[in-house]
Amino acid sequence: MSTATTPSLLTRVQTHHLLWPVVTLVLILMVNASLNPGFWMLQWRDGHLYGSVIDILNRAAPLMLVSLGMTLVIATRGIDISVGATVAISAAVAALMVGGKLVITDGVAQHISRFPMWLAIVCALLTALACGLWNGVLVAKIGLQPIIATLILMVAGRGVAQLLTDGQIVTVYYPPYFYIGSGYLWGLPFALFIAGFVYLLMHLAVTRTALGLFIQAIGINPAAARVAGVRERLISICVYAFCGLTAGIAGLIISSNVKSADGNNAGNLLELDAILAVTLGGTLLTGGRFSLAGSMIGALIIQTLTSTIYSIGVPPEINLVVKAAVVFVVMLMQSAEFRRAVRGWVVRPAAGSQA
Amino acid sequence: MKLQRKYIPLAATVSLFAAMSVFGGVSYTGFFSAQVFLNLLIDNAFLVIVAVGMTFVILSGGIDLSVGSVVALSTIVLAKLVQHLHWDLMVAIPLVLCMGTLFGAFMGWLIQRFRLQPFIVTLAGMFLARGLCYLISIDSISITDEAYTVLAQTRIHLWPEGPMVSISAVLALVVLAAAVFIAHGTQFGRTVYAIGGSEHSAVLMGLPVVHTNVAVYALSGFCAALGGVVFTFYMLSGYGLHAVGLELDAIAAVVIGGTLLSGGVGYVAGTLFGVLTLGIIQTLIMFDGSLSSWWTRIVIGALLFIFCLLQRVFEARRDG
Repeated sequence: MSTATTPSLLTRVQTHHLLWPVVTLVLILMVNASLNPGFWMLQWRDGHLYGSVIDILNRAAPLMLVSLGMTLVIATRGIDISVGATVAISAAVAALMVGGKLVITDGVAQHISRFPMWLAIVCALLTALACGLWNGVLVAKIGLQPIIATLILMVAGRGVAQLLTDGQIVTVYYPPYFYIGSGYLWGLPFALFIAGFVYLLMHLAVTRTALGLFIQAIGINPAAARVAGVRERLISICVYAFCGLTAGIAGLIISSNVKSADGNNAGNLLELDAILAVTLGGTLLTGGRFSLAGSMIGALIIQTLTSTIYSIGVPPEINLVVKAAVVFVVMLMQSAEFRRAVRGWVVRPAAGSQA
Repeated sequence: MKLQRKYIPLAATVSLFAAMSVFGGVSYTGFFSAQVFLNLLIDNAFLVIVAVGMTFVILSGGIDLSVGSVVALSTIVLAKLVQHLHWDLMVAIPLVLCMGTLFGAFMGWLIQRFRLQPFIVTLAGMFLARGLCYLISIDSISITDEAYTVLAQTRIHLWPEGPMVSISAVLALVVLAAAVFIAHGTQFGRTVYAIGGSEHSAVLMGLPVVHTNVAVYALSGFCAALGGVVFTFYMLSGYGLHAVGLELDAIAAVVIGGTLLSGGVGYVAGTLFGVLTLGIIQTLIMFDGSLSSWWTRIVIGALLFIFCLLQRVFEARRDG
């Protein structure tokens, strides 16, 4: 940090948008490996891979999904602070509809869900989509500031989730449902495949169609984009709706992983983690420049950081201070003013040049 | 005519509050008593103080998400100093207030100096303050110091045998009065409004924008710390989980109080009614008895929605 921040490296940072996220991730992984010799060890147990890395990947999946949705929202100069509430609502809907009880028919114990599982999942996702759509309409049609528009759902959403679950923690007793959050496919966590699939879809949509360009145009200058014929409002609404949808999927994974839905605590502070992951990944909060891959790496950084703090035996509460430090560093790095100031401290102006 | 239009959002909030009071009075026996209304002030004194600080930040076009954490940090530092280290109150409280002010000023400096977004800076400040709480103590520290409990439990009767208020409530009203004076009677206040209207124009007008931008966050930090002190009067403990989500309540109170989120328009007095409206929702739900606590959140969300819509209509009319 001290002497290495010379202009040559800084220009490289500007050209390679994934450099810093990857470096951060590698650094944290190296710290992990040095503190915990068995960190990279993978074992084949019960028909799937087992190890710290797999654990991190599994736990990072919901955050990855939310960050992906958040990336597009932030790319259009917006922000969605209601994703935590959306997670809680979607988890509540899914848990309530799946329910599940043990029924013994002909001497065979069977778990029966209240509604078919596919219906429960579809309903939960539709609810989440509706939440996102609501945000999108408030922002794009009514023209509220994104923070406030999503604040409404953030405040009311937890109330709605608690209303749905009647203030109780709804427990799910239906094993097939647990597959979403803790099942394994080809030896890897199933949740990871969901996150990977969504990433792939988004990557294709953003690179193979003009959508990425449109989103970038809106982020750089909404008015100019509108004048240039981009359907700015429609795209904004879709982006918020999609963010709601990804939060809904994350809600399914989270509730399936803990086999219950807690309207009060599910997805608590997830919006902040997601915003942090997106920022870490190199997406500008001022809109315009975004990176889906960066957000995936950002989510991994945060989850690895959390796991590290747990595994090295520091009180988990210190997590918050570390996160704060990371946010401060990242946002200072993103600030042009700060880079100019650092350049001023590190590099002495050439003799004779005007200061 | 113009003067009237200026006060429409404020009038809307006040009439909403009045309507809810009348509704409460008609529906529930014992609602229409002076003590119920004074309790609104006593129970929400800390929120009034925090929301007043937030009003200035929002008037200047910014936002401060760290206030809830700063309240928690203040409670825990105060509890630690008074309970564990046996400091004198007259030393500990000013120290906590200084700390909050410096914390706010630091965030304001980052925002102003490096042109960072207030949202993300205060978000980091929120993490930092909450984390510092746990570094000081993970468990709740209850305050049993005699001078402190006496101060916290003192009730001042408005007239002999009449309804009473706590020191916190009086403090909240003093802060409110000072804030009204600062907003409308000082150069700082006028500059805050000017920055909220258009920062660029404020700079061109030669107003001290740089200092004011930092000072606004310092003021919010001070108010949050004072809110924390009042919160310890209310809870008699310091805890890292105190005041979770208070920043949202404060923002909601400011918005419902008629301050435009785009900055530059609004009244500190409106914020008082915003807080009282939030308080009366809780009181109504409590008086009803059959409604669960989560209805509070839903109603607050709905009110936020209605007021944001009103703001948009109001803005559109002003522009058109």
